[in-house]
Amino acid sequence: MEILFDIVSWICLVAGSFFCLTGGIGLLRFPEFFSRIHAASITDTLGAGLIMIGLMFQAGWGLVLAKLILILLFSLIAGTTASHAMAKAALKSGLQPQVVGTMDSETGGAPSKS
Amino acid sequence: MLYVLALSTMLSAFWLVNSGHYTPLILSFMVVSVIFVAYLCHRMDVVDGESQPLNLTFSIPGYWLWLIKEVVVANIDVARRVWLGPKSISPMVINIKASQKTDLGMVIYANSITLTPGTVTLDLQGNRLKVHALTKEAAAGLITGEMDRRVSRVEG
Repeated sequence: MEILFDIVSWICLVAGSFFCLTGGIGLLRFPEFFSRIHAASITDTLGAGLIMIGLMFQAGWGLVLAKLILILLFSLIAGTTASHAMAKAALKSGLQPQVVGTMDSETGGAPSKS
Repeated sequence: MLYVLALSTMLSAFWLVNSGHYTPLILSFMVVSVIFVAYLCHRMDVVDGESQPLNLTFSIPGYWLWLIKEVVVANIDVARRVWLGPKSISPMVINIKASQKTDLGMVIYANSITLTPGTVTLDLQGNRLKVHALTKEAAAGLITGEMDRRVSRVEG
């Protein structure tokens, strides 16, 4: 059982590291600010998430497990909020996203309040 | 009163998990500080259904499971495009409508969109969301409105 937990734990840790690396490479590779945010959010979600899950398997039942879950929840919420704040700040200060097109799901009727 | 009770329970659980020392002295510190913080929050008038969304208790775990699945699928897609290079992306800005009735519901929807890699909420005004999507497929997935319907269902 011990060895099984170790194997699962290491698979999660290695996969998590791979996603963190992918996020970092995407951050450098994508062309402009708004697409780079998407690469950073890989690191935030699956990268950090898998590493935390790997550590949870190492920790076993106990307080450490509960603390790791709290850290994971906090980092998910903080990462989301930070991404949104950055994107909104960039838009407000006049940076326009380079896009191939825009779409509107206006299904008739509802007037926009803005 | 129910909300104050819920807040106190949450704070106590948070303390117990983070402390690890269960001697009478430390536990009495916990009681004192929880009562103090609950009193402060009550005076600030922030203890209500919005900060303690008790009505979501039973409906939200199912949504979380679905959201985790969506996040993993989106992660793999965006990671693949990182390795394929900038040619594989097709950024779009889309405007969509949030059908939730409460502010809390709309915030859950907007945050879920941001949490999913490949889509970031840029702005939320009234019930209109402005979303930046990394690919056409991600944009099309949001336009179908499945996430919108699921959040509305959570809201009850």
